[in-house]
Amino acid sequence: MSTLLEVSGVSVSFDGFRAINNLSFQIGSTEMRAIIGPNGAGKTTFMDIVTGKTRPDTGHVLWGPKSASLLKMTEAQIAQAGVGRKFQRPTVFEDQSVFDNLILALRNDRSPFGVLFYRRNRADREKAEKLASEIGLSDHLSRRAGELSHGQKQWLEIGMLLAQDPRLLLVDEPAAGMTLEEREHTTSILVEAAKTRAVVVVEHDMEFVRRLNCKVTVLHEGSVLAEGSLDHVTRNQDVIDVYLGR
Amino acid sequence: MNERSFLVRNPSVLIFIGLLAMFTLVATVLSEGLGVGIVSTSFIKTLGKTLCLCLVAIAMDLVWGYCGILSLGHFAFFGLGGYMIGMWLMYERTRGIVVESLSGVEIPPTPAEIDAAIGNQIFGVVGSSDFPAIWAVASSLPAQMALVILVPGLLALVFGWLAFRSRVTGVYLSILTQAMTLALALYLFQNDSGLRGNNGLSGLQNVPGADGVSQAVVSVWFLWGSALALGLGYLLVAWVVSGKFGSVIRGIRDDEARVRFLGYSVEGYKLFVFVLSAVIAGIAGALYYPQAGIINPAEMAPIASIYLAVWVAIGGRGRLYGAVIGAAFVSLVSTWFTSGQVPSVNLGFYTINWVDWWQVVLGLSFVLVTLFAPKGIGGLFDLVTGRIAPDRGGADLGPGDGALREQEAEK
Repeated sequence: MSTLLEVSGVSVSFDGFRAINNLSFQIGSTEMRAIIGPNGAGKTTFMDIVTGKTRPDTGHVLWGPKSASLLKMTEAQIAQAGVGRKFQRPTVFEDQSVFDNLILALRNDRSPFGVLFYRRNRADREKAEKLASEIGLSDHLSRRAGELSHGQKQWLEIGMLLAQDPRLLLVDEPAAGMTLEEREHTTSILVEAAKTRAVVVVEHDMEFVRRLNCKVTVLHEGSVLAEGSLDHVTRNQDVIDVYLGR
Repeated sequence: MNERSFLVRNPSVLIFIGLLAMFTLVATVLSEGLGVGIVSTSFIKTLGKTLCLCLVAIAMDLVWGYCGILSLGHFAFFGLGGYMIGMWLMYERTRGIVVESLSGVEIPPTPAEIDAAIGNQIFGVVGSSDFPAIWAVASSLPAQMALVILVPGLLALVFGWLAFRSRVTGVYLSILTQAMTLALALYLFQNDSGLRGNNGLSGLQNVPGADGVSQAVVSVWFLWGSALALGLGYLLVAWVVSGKFGSVIRGIRDDEARVRFLGYSVEGYKLFVFVLSAVIAGIAGALYYPQAGIINPAEMAPIASIYLAVWVAIGGRGRLYGAVIGAAFVSLVSTWFTSGQVPSVNLGFYTINWVDWWQVVLGLSFVLVTLFAPKGIGGLFDLVTGRIAPDRGGADLGPGDGALREQEAEK
């Protein structure tokens, strides 16, 4: 399996606090990975670095078969290269319809002039409708996203991520605030997505991680503490000490 | 979800253009110049100027109401547009006068002499007689018309590129735009700025080549020109904000970072919108000042751009007809109050003179609208069409039983 993303020797500190400390991490092109760790372990900062929001002090972040450096690209360029991110809190455009939200996310020309002269075509409409049915929002296409419930917004955001058709999906606590049924649905969407692309899930909830049934990376104080199957890392004494034991 | 044409999806555009055409027609019929003469020429000019203010309000709504950039410097672009057309008007008018006065002399004047005489006429007031370099193409109407678009557009491009690239947003950007318009006004106040310092450009109401036409007729021409520009501007901006582009810039207004992570270059979009609105403001200014007759740097004072934001806020930002209503309503009421036509109120111990107190009324209504009717006057239309905003922030439950509340979900 080829490597899609390679993070090596990355460190970043905020006002002297080392949020990420010599972190190295790799993920293949079709792989599901869960990242767990206590608060302040650097999970969100890791995502910020990959998506270009935070620039690391040292280290490399290499992307794709050509090993292009993500550190030289802007957030928008990184997103266009194929990194999609879902935030912890559902962030959809509440003032706009579910359909418009999906159309906005669909993989198309992103330049101002291209968008200005964009005409909605049948193919895009069908793609948006297909996504809406995957995320269970077919009946809500013309509703404003702000009217949706919390769980529906979470799904709309997942739908928008899938619409971007990214090669790497970064998902921050997808199951937060969901019922058991909704969690199962979310799990199946993510597992399905991981068959064709890389998916990185940051999650607190052990039950949810167990259901994903994938390799787990444990972060602690900004670096990797352990890596392997969930059963493997939960037997690791270091992991028990810093995380599970509490 | 079928694909309907732009105008079918936006019926308000057709309604607006119909009303605008009707208004222009009625004003023409009632005018002194071409109609029965009920409405005075000066009021026709006021109406024409109001249409220009509506146009700059649309530009403001595009940049603030749709894209979320609270620019408090758009009157700099408006004024620059006025200066650019004013240069040609003043040059041509002065040339006509100079050529006529020199036609009596025995030896025909050389072009250089004519040029020197024009320079003396225009710049005598600031103690100079040479044309500064910026007047190089002042004799050409097409060139100055091009500058009406290019000068505000370039200033917006350079300013916007620097500001947006550095990710200056919110109130800091507003302060920067205020600084921009103040700096420009202060520069133009100088006598050696080349635009006659605090005297500004005057006599702009006289259109060269139309000497035989009375001001009554010229005022109707400009009313038509302003109405046409407003109609086209409305159409253009409505088209820009209606499709996916509008979707992106409203997204930028509501959540800039999210749009960035979707792969759109937020800076490029902001720059596009900023430049487009600056160009529209410049065109509006170029139509406004020939009707006002005079332009000086005080027009670009920071307060002017703040008024513009107040109009749009009172009219209702985020909808184009709201901006038009706000600009027309507030500027006309403002003209009425400040012209001394409103009777003073005698309270016995104090007399409220509305010329002085109008600013207080305006300020108060701005605060009240912001607090109690954030949608402005345009929000009244929602009562008719039944468009109610979702109000689900924070406390909603998930779709199934037992789902967490949103606060709980946020760790």
